[in-house]
Amino acid sequence: MKWMYEEMVKIRYYEDQMVEVYSEGKAPVFNIGAGTVPGEMHLAAGQEPAAVGICAHLTKDDTVTAPHRPHHHAIAKGVDLKRMTAEIFGRETGLGKGKGGHMHLFDPAVKFSCGGIVAAGLPHAVGAAMAAKMKGTDWIAVSFIGEGAANAGAFHESLNLAALWNLPLIVVVEDNAYGISVPKTSSTSVASNDMRAGAYGIAGAYVKDNDPIAMYKASEEAVSRARDGQGPTIIEIETHRYLGHFQGDPELYRDKEEVPGLRKQDPILKLKKQLQADGIADTELEEMEQLAKKAVDEAYQFARDSDFPKPEAALQDVFTSEMTKEVE
Amino acid sequence: METAKKRMLSGNKAMAEAISQEMKRDPNVFVLGEDIGVYGGIFGSTQGLMETYGPDRVLDTPISETAFIGAAIGAAAEGMRPIAELMFVDFFGVCMDQIYNHMAKIPYMSGGNVRLPMVLMTAVGGGYNDAAQHSQTLYATFAHMPGMKVVAPSTPYDLKGMMTSAIRDDNPVVFMFHKSLQGLGWMDQLDESVGSVPEEAYTVPLNEAKVVREGKDVTIVGIQMMTHYAVKAAEKLAEEGIEAEVIDLRSLAPIDKKTILASLKKTHRLLVVDEDYLSYGMTAEIAAIAAEEALYDLEAPVRRLALPDVPIPYSSPLEDFVIPGAEQIYEEVKKLLDEN
Ligand SMILES: Cc1ncc(C[n+]2csc(CCOP(=O)(O)OP(=O)(O)O)c2C)c(N)n1
Repeated sequence: MKWMYEEMVKIRYYEDQMVEVYSEGKAPVFNIGAGTVPGEMHLAAGQEPAAVGICAHLTKDDTVTAPHRPHHHAIAKGVDLKRMTAEIFGRETGLGKGKGGHMHLFDPAVKFSCGGIVAAGLPHAVGAAMAAKMKGTDWIAVSFIGEGAANAGAFHESLNLAALWNLPLIVVVEDNAYGISVPKTSSTSVASNDMRAGAYGIAGAYVKDNDPIAMYKASEEAVSRARDGQGPTIIEIETHRYLGHFQGDPELYRDKEEVPGLRKQDPILKLKKQLQADGIADTELEEMEQLAKKAVDEAYQFARDSDFPKPEAALQDVFTSEMTKEVE
Repeated sequence: METAKKRMLSGNKAMAEAISQEMKRDPNVFVLGEDIGVYGGIFGSTQGLMETYGPDRVLDTPISETAFIGAAIGAAAEGMRPIAELMFVDFFGVCMDQIYNHMAKIPYMSGGNVRLPMVLMTAVGGGYNDAAQHSQTLYATFAHMPGMKVVAPSTPYDLKGMMTSAIRDDNPVVFMFHKSLQGLGWMDQLDESVGSVPEEAYTVPLNEAKVVREGKDVTIVGIQMMTHYAVKAAEKLAEEGIEAEVIDLRSLAPIDKKTILASLKKTHRLLVVDEDYLSYGMTAEIAAIAAEEALYDLEAPVRRLALPDVPIPYSSPLEDFVIPGAEQIYEEVKKLLDEN
């Protein structure tokens, strides 16, 4: 639980800093291609419980695939924060040498990947789970998706395969109520996606109220089921996206009062209260907060201090053989 | 002499106006896609339609692309005239079977007995650091496959006129609009994204290229954004006394060979510029047309400028390096003229 608290603080602080940094250089005219961090930016403030609740049970040998909104998953999975930030800044020291950017973070050291095509990470997680099984390990694969993505063909095909082959796969559906502007009520025919587990003959769980502790518990069960060879699970968590779908989203599809209301029940404060009730001293909590923030500050500083890649580097890495040549 | 004040519209408003006018004209026209309703389309191509026509004819879909694009095909076969939007061309992979095995082939396989009067519209283009899965143009991927018309208009006037033609056409049309030419508040504000657009409905043919600048020394064939860069390059060349003719291809399939060949007869030199990948693409196609049908008119080898064969990188210096701009077009023309 302490770990979860520190990670949640880290994620929130990371995203809050990103709001600031992303706006650098985008005034007076908001142009998403300009500034310190260009391109689209999908932030996850509010959705921390989904990521930390399950990653608390994972090791670096377990695979995680994430979607276009990946920072919370990446941080919780232990992706190198400095190199991740440098990637988002488009720097040479980034995880992908500046080629991937915020939606395309790959850290094979902790088996993390994400991507910009909705639901496309699911089949990859199926493959990772297959590999784990074929290699005879107890590694598992976790695929994070949004509730919008649960309507894509890849979701249904992946779950069918995982169920059929009894794979160690957990699909975490983050129900933040919207797929961009389209509310869940007008995109999905059932109230929650754990109900769909029945269609594949697998286990399902639903976590209410964006509750990190409930997420931790549901995940604990699902992870042990997967590690014991008892097959896949769908966990859906009710969560909240405090910011727009992307930075710059006018958010005309939701009530202006919605987010302030949601922020009042912030999951980080909720967990903090729980830890205090469990007798953790405020000084210890503060120390954890400071450590988390320091790691984030260092990552941003590292990114700022890093160089941009040389333009010609754009031509490298199309084929692996080129990388080999470089090393030679 | 022009006295009437011209009405200026952004690219997306011009498109939305065409769709709205056609929806009014024909009750069979309807729109479906992700975020096309309340949001008005991520790139604004359907703004205002929900207010006017309501959720029965402007349908926000779930992220179920195979199903809703396939449904557009099924509805078109029943005589409806659907306009489906799938936000970015990069996402077509998830439903490509519906597009290239069904939308493109059913009219042919049915011996012409089934018509699919539908429009599939999508945003293309990079230049704003959205990386490899959100910045492609993929013109050639679609132009390569017979059975669908493929267009890529570059001005608000053409966006409206070609959209109207596309909706009225009895064939499936892939309508590719460029993000940077939509006039969005959150992108670089380009002058080219706003232009004069008549209020009344009008059509622009789906099989004609347009000479946007006349010249006698060299022909530059551009597509969409690259046409605008080509015009910029031509202006700079003109300062040095070099007159470049610039052709806006507009229609990728069917392709207007006549306009290209007529220009080559005049200029004897050809540069083709594309924002899509170099190999097996539009530049190769146009170069082949020149080689097959105008080789003896040419005084220099054809030159091609396109994205090198790499996925589109994220970081600015990398992306700037791979996407052609006016400066590179200028350099290429200089090289072309040095060939003698
Ligand atoms: C195949 C595909 N279709 C459409 C999109 C555009 N798109 C990006 S995110 C998104 C909404 C995703 O909603 P959800 O899965 O609920 O995740 P959230 O954004 O809420 O985290 C859409 C439609 C895409 N990236 N890929």
